[in-house]
Amino acid sequence: MEEKKIINVKNLSVSFSNNIVINDIDFHLSRKESLVIIGKSGSGKSVLLRCLMGLLKPDHGSIEIDGINIVNANRIDKENALKNIGVTFQNGALFDSLTVWENITFKETKFFGFNKQKAKEKALLIIKNLELDENILELYPSELSGGMQKRVAIARAICDNPKVLFFDEPTSGLDPITGKIINNLIEKTVIKLGVSAITITHDISSIENLASRIILLDNHKIAWSGKPNDMKISKNKIVKQFLVNT
Amino acid sequence: MLKIINLLGKVSLSTIENIGKLTLFIFKSFFWLFKTPFYSKQFLFQLLDVAFYSLPVVGLTTFFSGMVLALQTFSGFDNFNDESTISKIVLTSILRELGPVLAGLMVCGRVGAKMAAEIATMRVSNQIDALQTLSTRPIQFLISTRLLASIIAVPFLVLIGNIIGVFGGFVVATFKLDLNPILYMMSTIDNFNLIDLIQGLVKALVFGIIIAIISCYFGYNASGGAEGVGRATTISVVTASTLILTSTYFITALFI
Ligand SMILES: Nc1ncnc2c1ncn2[C@@H]1O[C@H](COP(=O)(O)OP(=O)(O)O)[C@@H](O)[C@H]1O
Ligand SMILES: [Mg+2]
Repeated sequence: MEEKKIINVKNLSVSFSNNIVINDIDFHLSRKESLVIIGKSGSGKSVLLRCLMGLLKPDHGSIEIDGINIVNANRIDKENALKNIGVTFQNGALFDSLTVWENITFKETKFFGFNKQKAKEKALLIIKNLELDENILELYPSELSGGMQKRVAIARAICDNPKVLFFDEPTSGLDPITGKIINNLIEKTVIKLGVSAITITHDISSIENLASRIILLDNHKIAWSGKPNDMKISKNKIVKQFLVNT
Repeated sequence: MLKIINLLGKVSLSTIENIGKLTLFIFKSFFWLFKTPFYSKQFLFQLLDVAFYSLPVVGLTTFFSGMVLALQTFSGFDNFNDESTISKIVLTSILRELGPVLAGLMVCGRVGAKMAAEIATMRVSNQIDALQTLSTRPIQFLISTRLLASIIAVPFLVLIGNIIGVFGGFVVATFKLDLNPILYMMSTIDNFNLIDLIQGLVKALVFGIIIAIISCYFGYNASGGAEGVGRATTISVVTASTLILTSTYFITALFI
């Protein structure tokens, strides 16, 4: 049972000076599961994800990734554990001095001596699956629309065949139609690659496509967690409030 | 009264915190320089930017400083308007002080500002976080490479600037002040002192470290969107140029 959990979080607490953001929460991500974390804006979703990426040290608690507790592991173990995670940031976070294909194959192109033709072909293969056009490969991120940037960010995250994918608000800042397309693409990608995924969002429509399980963050805690279908019929006050407000 | 004490406490605490953070940052920037992988592509890109593209401004400023030195010396010391005095004053001032300080300040304005703004932008748009998720240590990739480029480029620029500055003095001395070019050149060579050159290069090395570290530090710790980028850029240029002008005094004192 235990090794089915690719990420296991226990007693996690995070605060900034005196501002408690996450207060003692436990949850896990199973293999090939697609977990969606929802919550109001400012409820600590991005902070939680930053802890899981090893970018933020929690006050208390443990975060096991592939059996390694990244909170107190040594540098090499931590780097190895985090190697298998691909991340799409809320704003895309593409390298604006690099072209699209250089962004996607960054792990190779940051060194001399990579095969340019091969790298471009690799990037092309990935973006075709994300319904992007070949001729954007040579463009810079600033020349792309918001939806394209999100897709290039996804392409960069999946380029190296990670085992786990994180998506931080993949539909934020997009119109509803583009948002839907992105959600569908994420769903397809997660299934196709056979990865585990955590998507955080305050957009309820993301859930219908993506979630095999949902966690609702509220007031620094997990207020509710369960299957998407159970959410609609839940009697939980906070769930109802969330559904009404969104 | 209590408020003032409170404020003083806060300021000194944050100063101590900043010094601690900066020390750690310096340590990490050097530490990762000696660890694999070495990002040679990033390094060469930075080296080209600092060394090559700074040549025009460094050349221009040192050239005119050499010229003005010759002119000022000539009009200032009525009794010593011979080739030997002027060439000596031009040479030693350029080698010891003006070459390194001018090159340092020019590189600080041109490259330091750019480093701070670039890294701050990467910070506030999560590009630095993205680096980390792509198995790339941000300090090693962004900072160590810039530090090394700056350590090599600034002494190189000072060397070139020295030559151009001395030449500037020569041009004014011979074409405007009608001094004998052969005599002027001979006494320049006579007056050359290796220790003066070394003093200037030590300064250049220190300035190179100051520029890269200070700019990268404020850029790396930037926050708060476009305004934060602006703030990081301003404070890094002000801090680095202040440090350049103060440290040059202490290095000079070491050589005397
Ligand atoms: N670096 C930081 N320093 C101080 N407070 C922070 C920082 N990052 C996030 N916070 C605070 O943590 C809370 C949660 O933020 P966040 O996780 O970004 O929310 P969201 O759920 O919208 O992603 C907010 O109140 C925010 O002010
Ligand atoms: Mg967020």
